[in-house]
Amino acid sequence: MSNKMHIQLNVNGEAHEFLAEPRELLIYALRERLNITGPHVGCDTSHCGACTVTLDGKSVKACTMFVAQANGAEITTIEGIGSPDALHVLQESFREHHGLQCGFCTPGMITRAVKLLEENPTPTEEEVRFGMAGNICRCTGYQNIVKSILAAANEMNAQPSSSEAVGHNKVEAAE
Amino acid sequence: MSVGKPLPHDAAHLHVTGTARYIDDMPLPADTLHAAFGLSKVAAGCITAMDLEKVRAAPGVVMVLVAADLPFANDVSPSAHDEPLLATDTVHYMGQPLFLVLATSHLAARKAARLGHVSVEETKPILTIDDALAADARFENGPVIWARGDVEAALSAAPNLIEGSMEIGGQEHFYLEGQAALALPQENGDMDVMSSTQHPTEIQHKVAEGLGLPQHGVRVETRRMGGAFGGKESQGNALAVACAVGAHLTGRPVKMRYDRDDDMIITGKRHDFRIAYRAGFDDSGMLTGVDFRQYARCGWAQDLSLPVADRAMLHADNAYFLPHVRIESHRLRTNTQSATAFRGFGGPQGMVGIERVMDQIAHKLGLDGAEVRRRNYYDAPQPTGAGTGHRYGRAHSPAQAQLRNLTPYGMKVQGFLLNDMTADLIARSDYIARRAAVDRFNAENEVLKKGLSLTPVKFGISFTLSHLNQAGALVHVYADGSVRMNHGGTEMGQGLFQKVAQVAASRFGIGVEAVRITATDTGKVPNTSATAASSGTDLNGMAVAAACDTIRERMSAHLAEAKGCAPEQVVFEGGNVRWPGGSIPFAEAAARAYAARISLSATGFYATPGLSWDRQKGHGTPFFYFAHGVAVTEAVIDTLTGENRLLRTDILHDAGASLNPAIDIGQIEGGYVQGAGWLTCEELVWDNRGALRTHAPSTYKIPAVSDPPPVFNVALWPGANRADTIYRSKAVGEPPFMLGISAFLALSDAVAACGAGYPALDAPATPERILAAVERVRDGV
Ligand code: FES
Ligand code: FES
Repeated sequence: MSNKMHIQLNVNGEAHEFLAEPRELLIYALRERLNITGPHVGCDTSHCGACTVTLDGKSVKACTMFVAQANGAEITTIEGIGSPDALHVLQESFREHHGLQCGFCTPGMITRAVKLLEENPTPTEEEVRFGMAGNICRCTGYQNIVKSILAAANEMNAQPSSSEAVGHNKVEAAE
Repeated sequence: MSVGKPLPHDAAHLHVTGTARYIDDMPLPADTLHAAFGLSKVAAGCITAMDLEKVRAAPGVVMVLVAADLPFANDVSPSAHDEPLLATDTVHYMGQPLFLVLATSHLAARKAARLGHVSVEETKPILTIDDALAADARFENGPVIWARGDVEAALSAAPNLIEGSMEIGGQEHFYLEGQAALALPQENGDMDVMSSTQHPTEIQHKVAEGLGLPQHGVRVETRRMGGAFGGKESQGNALAVACAVGAHLTGRPVKMRYDRDDDMIITGKRHDFRIAYRAGFDDSGMLTGVDFRQYARCGWAQDLSLPVADRAMLHADNAYFLPHVRIESHRLRTNTQSATAFRGFGGPQGMVGIERVMDQIAHKLGLDGAEVRRRNYYDAPQPTGAGTGHRYGRAHSPAQAQLRNLTPYGMKVQGFLLNDMTADLIARSDYIARRAAVDRFNAENEVLKKGLSLTPVKFGISFTLSHLNQAGALVHVYADGSVRMNHGGTEMGQGLFQKVAQVAASRFGIGVEAVRITATDTGKVPNTSATAASSGTDLNGMAVAAACDTIRERMSAHLAEAKGCAPEQVVFEGGNVRWPGGSIPFAEAAARAYAARISLSATGFYATPGLSWDRQKGHGTPFFYFAHGVAVTEAVIDTLTGENRLLRTDILHDAGASLNPAIDIGQIEGGYVQGAGWLTCEELVWDNRGALRTHAPSTYKIPAVSDPPPVFNVALWPGANRADTIYRSKAVGEPPFMLGISAFLALSDAVAACGAGYPALDAPATPERILAAVERVRDGV
């Protein structure tokens, strides 16, 4: 019980250091130690994607990664993507296009979608569906989620400098 | 006016930034304890000993409770007081909570809960419908039977007869946010509970019973749920009572959240059904008589099974006039999770029964399924002055023939829209040409076969327990013109709060941003019903409108007096309050009313009118109105593997005069996909010891983002509700779920293309079942 490890994480641009058991899961380190509660626990077993975060440039399910594995990593959660009064294009798009109902899947969906549009800024609908395959939504039937992502991609492609802005920087909400 | 606008969900800006709080996101007081249940590992038997020493000794454990330690009631049942929070001497299902662990962390509590040694003298569990029938294990004494006319005579006189039986699987809710509760002890022994529940009032009652308090000693608050679908109507009781009892005994806050595995193992699901049927019909496919036997597997406790089984009977007709009908309903007790409410509440199962009958009639006569359905529909509303040669689509309907509009339970179907809606959807979806194209495709292809199916939905709106059809609201207008309101409904993602806010904004003629809806709170609006039966907006929208109108009338009277006009001449519109010759902003009107010492706070109340229902006889008017929908789905199967895909879906749905069309379309899309999931990929499997083997999303297949059809067209039927509902809208939570039946029958239609036999598919139509059906059909069975 006492083999604690010294862990360093950079989350949403802020450095955190703490001692943790190596088996502690990243999702609990984020939610319970750091009070970053945007990533949710939906299934605990890497199937639903509610806990999705970006870790060193990759989409990762934080419920099945030990905090020890994340040591030294740069992590972006939904909180690092935008805030209620400075929404990222994708956030605005999910709001506007009803890409959510209960909202529980939403932080993971958007965090994944931000990454997806970085990987492929001009996806087809099929590519969006393929790229979002790890995220479950029980409410929407996905139609409005896909619509939100495609609309955001259009919006971002219409803004000349948006490709650098995606992901880590805040982008002003589009009207 | 903000009603009718497709405005975003009221908390959308919070959801997209991860700042909308669920129970699990709430900051906890430092000394909060975490609770976990120790679960039964056998399905049936008597507890002979419980050795919990290791549990008590585990790190972080503060308290371990068994049934005998509970200070007051040991019951979390929503109905029959037959559901102990912790097992007493008998074990009823595998996964039943036996003891409760309170520890300093969630993980510590869960780890410790695994360390109990419970000795059980096992008995043979009753697991299946056949087991229960053999043991005569049931709720209520015998089957419930409702009948009209003489079915046996109708069947023996019928030129054509079919009979059969089908299995319809259950369904896991898989609300993305698992069950959760948090209890916070207050002064004077009172208890505050935050719960992810559709029914805060019931949580209040169960917690009060568990703590030996009057109801005023318990306050329950629910801001939102991360999905519920009926699974949080009664299933949150156990967590809330466990937390409250723990908090009462320790004096510390207690939180409980089921891990997903525990959630699936402990909580009830949709009832699985077997429906056996016999139907007689003429050569045009018109039903003359139908006999249904519905067998519902209810699990170990009564929970909501009786009204669920009633609703299955009430929807055994779906959209069709059944001249002679008999419905026999068996409510069977088994040693499995206690099946509970799930979107549609038995209605979907009842509808699958009659849709199966329609499908098989069409197959037997070689007729188009849509055509057979239309022939059997209830009659369209009679145009006024009719009866002079107007015909109702059937060759033999004489002018004075009695309208075919009486349900088996004696309620007149008024405002039936499906004749028109079906004609419209057939045109929109290009059904006839696509039917021909599918047949052509099937003639040309050996391995892949396509299917096409149209199915309607007519769903009755209201709680069948009539007294539940009431709601209350509390509205405050502040002196700056901002509005804060509260009602008994809960938000689970269905957009209730947004719709009701739009109602309030419309009543005051202000923008919806001026209205704040706050968490549902039993201390603000008492004695509420569950947010269920699709009735959240109907009931709470009306209650809020009534409260707003009370305040508006007071403001009008004051202004009318000051300005020398009649109160009716004062108009609330566009953010202003107008009278002949003048106008001020709403905020100023509020400030003036305040200064004139006029109350700007009011309660509102609503009770649905005109309901009467005798559930023993199965007769009366249980519903305020019906909501309609119709869907066409095209699917393809691989006859070598049984794998399948949905290709295209077209839906036309009746939401009355929609309060928010974007929210309603979201409900329809989500409902359809969830309904299709239920009947295609979502399969619950119990082994012969009663263990649920599909207790995680790794083995239980929830529709994913690539499962819905690539072409998915949803439209709203334009038209106002004929019943006097809030702005003439219609409830939309449950009805679209049953549009998913068209996906199931499209797969069945594809199987039927493989040979002469009838597919007789059971649900869910998994690849295994489809493959087996293909074999059967090829053999011509
Ligand atoms: S909680 Fe991590 S994937 Fe579901
Ligand atoms: S909005 Fe509820 S799970 Fe996606």
